[in-house]
Order: sequence, then C-alpha cells, then structure tokens
Amino acid sequence: MGNPLLRQSGRGHVRRKVINLVMLSLTGISALLAIAVLFNLLAWVLIQGGSAISPDFFVQTPKPVGEAGGGMGNAIIGTLILLALASVIGIPVGLGAGIYLAEYGDGRLGGAIRFVTDVLTGIPSITVGIFAYTVVVVPMRGFSALAGGVALAVLMIPTVTRTSEEVMRLVPGSLREASLALGIPRWKTILRIVVPTAASGIVTGAMLAVARAAGETAPLLFTAFGNRFWSTALDRPIAALPLQVFTYALSPYDDWRAQAWAGALVLVGMVLVMNVAARLLTRGNRQQE
Amino acid sequence: MVTRSSSLGRATAVLTAGARSRAWGDRLFRWVVTVLGCAILILVGLMVFKMVDSSMPAIQRFGLAFLWGTTWDPVAQQFGALPFIFGTVVSSLIALLVGGPVGLGAAVFLSELAPAWLRSPVSFLVELLAAIPSVVYGLWGVFVMAPWLRSTAEPALARLLGFLPLFQGPSYGIGMLAGGLVLAIMILPTVAAVSRDVMRAVPVAQREGMLALGATEWEVIREAVMPYARSGILGAVILGLGRALGETMAVTMVIGNRPEISASLFAPSYTMASVIANEFTEATYSLYLSALTEIGLALLGVTLLVNALAKLLVWRIAPPGEGAR
Repeated sequence: MGNPLLRQSGRGHVRRKVINLVMLSLTGISALLAIAVLFNLLAWVLIQGGSAISPDFFVQTPKPVGEAGGGMGNAIIGTLILLALASVIGIPVGLGAGIYLAEYGDGRLGGAIRFVTDVLTGIPSITVGIFAYTVVVVPMRGFSALAGGVALAVLMIPTVTRTSEEVMRLVPGSLREASLALGIPRWKTILRIVVPTAASGIVTGAMLAVARAAGETAPLLFTAFGNRFWSTALDRPIAALPLQVFTYALSPYDDWRAQAWAGALVLVGMVLVMNVAARLLTRGNRQQE
Repeated sequence: MVTRSSSLGRATAVLTAGARSRAWGDRLFRWVVTVLGCAILILVGLMVFKMVDSSMPAIQRFGLAFLWGTTWDPVAQQFGALPFIFGTVVSSLIALLVGGPVGLGAAVFLSELAPAWLRSPVSFLVELLAAIPSVVYGLWGVFVMAPWLRSTAEPALARLLGFLPLFQGPSYGIGMLAGGLVLAIMILPTVAAVSRDVMRAVPVAQREGMLALGATEWEVIREAVMPYARSGILGAVILGLGRALGETMAVTMVIGNRPEISASLFAPSYTMASVIANEFTEATYSLYLSALTEIGLALLGVTLLVNALAKLLVWRIAPPGEGAR
C-alpha cells in the first residue's frame, strides 16, 4: 500500500519511535526554556532590586549624582496618578464600546469596530505616544501628566473593550429575557442585570489593561516626560516609574543602576500582583458557575 | 362592560406611555454606547490622520527617497530611514527565527502533551512573560544578557559559524543579536498562547483518527493537528512579528543605537521605534520632528497591515468569541 504508516515496520518502527521521542522532548524543552528565562529574569530583579530597595526608596525623590540614598517616591506616585487618569478616560470608553459590541454589535458597524479594536491592540505603543503628543502636548504647549494619561488610556481601551464584550456575551440570554419580560427597559436590563453579572470578568479585563499600562514606557517619553521632583499637577510633566527605571538603567553610575533594579522590582511586583489577582478573580468566578 | 373597556383602555394608554418612555431611554442608551463604540473607529482614524498631517513636511521634502536614504544627519537636515528600517526588519526576523519555533514548541507541549495538572500553571507562567514590562526586559538585557553574549555566546558563535559574515567582527554584547534575542523572548508568549488556542480548536476526531491508524504522537501532531491549525499558527507568528516590529524600550536599551547597516549581527544597530524614542524630545526643528513622525507613520502602517493579516488568519481557525476565550 502507499500509506507510509502501513509500509513501515521493523527498523522503520524504531526510527518513528525515536523521532517521536526527540520531537516531543523538544516541545517540552521549549516550554522549559520559556519558563527558565522567566525565572532567571525574576531572580535577577528580586536579588538586585531586593538588595537596593529600602523604605526610603518609597518616600524620597531622586538624589543628585554622588549623594547616597534617594528614592523614587515621586515616580511611584506619578505612575499611580497616570494610571488613575488613564483608567478614568479609558475604562468608560472601553466598557461602553464593549456593551455596544456585546448587545448591539452584530451588524456591519459592530464587525468594523471589533476589527479595528483588535488591530488597535497591536499598534506600537511608541506611535500612540506620538499621537498623544500631537493631540495633547502640542495644543497645551508642554508635556503633562494629562498627555501621559491620554496615551495610556488609548492603550487600555482595546483590552477593556474586548474582554468586557466577551464576558457579557457569556451572560445567558434567559437572564435578559426574564428581565425584559418583567417590563424592565433594555438599557436598565443591561446596566442592572448584564453588567453586574459579568462584573468580575469586566474587572479582570480592566485590571489586565491597567497592568499593561503600568509598565508602558515608550508612550510616556514625550507625553508625561518625567520629573525629578514631587509633582502631582496634571498640566505639568510628571515622574513615572518605568521612565525612571529607563533613565537610571542607562546611566553610568552604580548607585543609579542599583535604583533602576529597585524600581524594576517595584514595577514587576505591581504588575504581577495585578495579573495574579485578575487570574484569581476569574478562577473564583469559574468555580461559582 | 363600559367600565371594563375604559379601564382596559387606560391600561393600554399607561403601557404605551411606558413603552414610549422606555423606547426613548433605550434609544438614548443605544446612542451613547454606539458613540463610545465609534469613538474607537474615530480614534484610529484620527491617529492616522494626525500622523500623516505631521509627517507632511518630511514627505514633501524627501518623497519616497526617505525610505531608502542611508544618511541620518539632523545637523545637515539629511534624513534617510533605511538604517532604521534595516534594524527593525533584521531584529524582528531574528526574533521570529528564535522565538517562533520555541513558542510553537511550547504551544504544542501545552496543547497536546502536558498533563492537565501541569497545563494551567505552565500556561500561566508563559503568559507572565508577556506581562513583564518592556523596560524590565531592557534592564535584564543590558546587565544580564548582553554580558553573557559578549563573554560566552558571541565568541562561541564566531568559532562555530565565523565563516559567515553574520557572525564576524568584535563582540560587544550590545548589538543586533541582543536586540533580536530580547524580542524573541518578548514575542514568545504571544506565539505560544495564540497557537495553543488554535491547536486546541482542532477537533479531537482528527487526532483519534490518526492514532487509530497507529501513528505516533508526533506524527499525529505533524500530520493531523498542524495542517488543520496551519493558518492560525501562521497568524500567531505574524502577530508576534507585529509585536516585534513595534517594540521599543527593550530593544532601544540593548541594540546599541547606531544608524549603520552592518552584515554582522554582533554590530550595533538602530530600529525605527528606537530612533523615535531617543530623538523625539531632542528634535529641535520641525522638519526633524516631521521626519521622526514619518518613521512612526511607516511603523504604524506596517503594523496595522501585519496585525490585520494576522487577525484574519487566526479568525478563520478560532473565530472570536469561541476560541478566544
């Protein structure tokens, strides 16, 4: 017969088994390699950052070169302000668009929005920075926290939209029908029944979006710009943790490099906590079902 | 009879009034969420428009020659983007060549081989790679990977494959290879997660049929799973490519930032995203800024195309809302 499977026997059989073993091991090694890189990176961040971090790190501003101590307190606050701004702008838009896609989005417009949203996910963050520069920094004549918040919001929107659409689609139609049958208008049904039912999934999506935005550096370079001093004004340049890590990492001073590792540790800690929390939230939800 | 019909009429009146106000509320709500949905379309449209608008001076001044000009000299007002395009393309190719197979391997392991108790934690760890901020990869790249490349990996490559121009020249650690490898790590989770989803969407009957014929597990994967998931896997790789093309910080930190075209992977290079990151705030006159924006526009155009293509390929296998969960 022409079928190689039927033809092969004897030594061919052994060869096939060997190939099988080799290839399957290779796939296992690939997975192992990915995890090894992750652990190596986390170990370095933990060891280097852990040895450089101190309580001062969270409350002080950067010291000039040569002076010991100093911290990134202003950058941590700055990042929190930027994330709050981005959430205030990005989450309502993302959620609204998600509601549209889940509840009304079966037509051609819905398809177009869905497609563009997915494409937006893949837009380089640096071009989002240029966009925020042209629409916020240029008209305001200066770098500002607001511009940084807008840039991060643009990056958050697609994640929030797609995850909230997905979880709202999982809400059973019978719930909507029961509510409508009681004479409750559709908008109230959506806001009072569908959104609360899908709440944990929506929160998960929002958290993942915030976690992604927290680590973004490129769009902040020429929007939030960074600041060596305490500043919470929204119309002025503001410090951000990833920006500070970037600047310090490339500096020639050992003190600053150590601080960069400490900053990376805080940043990774924030991002991991948000990711694990989002993960646990969805798991708890699944167990309920 | 009269009272009954009049009360019925009243009830109908109340109901229609209710329905009318309800229809009004529904219309308003629908209008609001539609506007928010369209805001995304407008956002992307505005982004493209703004970037075209801002790069107009450079486009008019240099025309298409911008794309193959090799001199980047802001002092002389000479702008050619070829060194950056070269750096972006080559570093992304390295990323695909290294990160693609490893990501695919991990996906096969997760989808076909891993026992159930292992699948979920390993998936989570691989996806965590995607959550690590780019700047942290850069930090790790500069202080851990680049020294390793300089002292161990690059000399070894030069010894083994030194006859190729790719692996000649002094090893700095920092350079094209470092940029490509950092990108490889960063696209790995994308390739792994998407191709795993696509492979899990392959019907079990495909595998059972092959197994019943006496095929080994690898033969099942190669002959029954891969062909079925081919366009989705291609989509996953292209999605990774999109990420590699646009990635900025980590590459900027390890690639060396020198606008030269060199045959050697050990030599420093520069990417499109990196030049924007490094020079945008230093651009002292408007033509300079415009040239940088044009690079950003080119990057945006290419990544939009690449992502759209990837989406179409993945959607064919695992339609959104079904496989994407």
